[in-house]
Amino acid sequence: MRNRLKVLRAERDWSQSDLAERLDVSRQSVNAIETGRYDPSLPLAFKIAELFDLPIEEIFSKD
Amino acid sequence: MGYPRNPAQRRYVLRVAVAMAAYIVTLAAAIRLVGGGAVTGPPAYLLALLPGLSVAGVFWAVARLLVEEQDEYLRMLLVRQVLVASGFTLTVATIWGFFENLRLVAHVDAFYIAVLFFFGLGLGSCYNWLALRGGGEGR
Repeated sequence: MRNRLKVLRAERDWSQSDLAERLDVSRQSVNAIETGRYDPSLPLAFKIAELFDLPIEEIFSKD
Repeated sequence: MGYPRNPAQRRYVLRVAVAMAAYIVTLAAAIRLVGGGAVTGPPAYLLALLPGLSVAGVFWAVARLLVEEQDEYLRMLLVRQVLVASGFTLTVATIWGFFENLRLVAHVDAFYIAVLFFFGLGLGSCYNWLALRGGGEGR
């Protein structure tokens, strides 16, 4: 699964730590999701979508 | 696991420290009292049980960390680490058992299975590191 997390984060000038704090996850988690090494669970994907105020499909897409 | 950063990991470190301290104390007591013959019968069994239960406290701490870790990605890494450790331990113990049964190797006390598991946790940690470094398999 691909995602636009890095772009969305950069648009807001957030570091990985900033985003991790807002999502209440570790920085390692943000890094793993951004680099495609880990696909988040549905609840976490919803949380990410809610934070960026976007539908999930505008953040995550199939390879 | 690295430096503990969240409350679940801090509790894990504390629990392991307590279990290990209990292990050292109870093992010393069991060797001195049971091994020295000062305690016999049912009390000896009870005393001999305590070092093993202390080590089981570490297994319990790992289980609690799996339950209490709120970060799903870190929990996934821990699950994989424990699976590697379990697979390694069961494999080595089974192979050694057959070798021992066929008198190809010397007898090894069963409590070394716990040592194998802890070594396996280290292997699991290495596996996680390699998988992350390679960029794949982190799912």
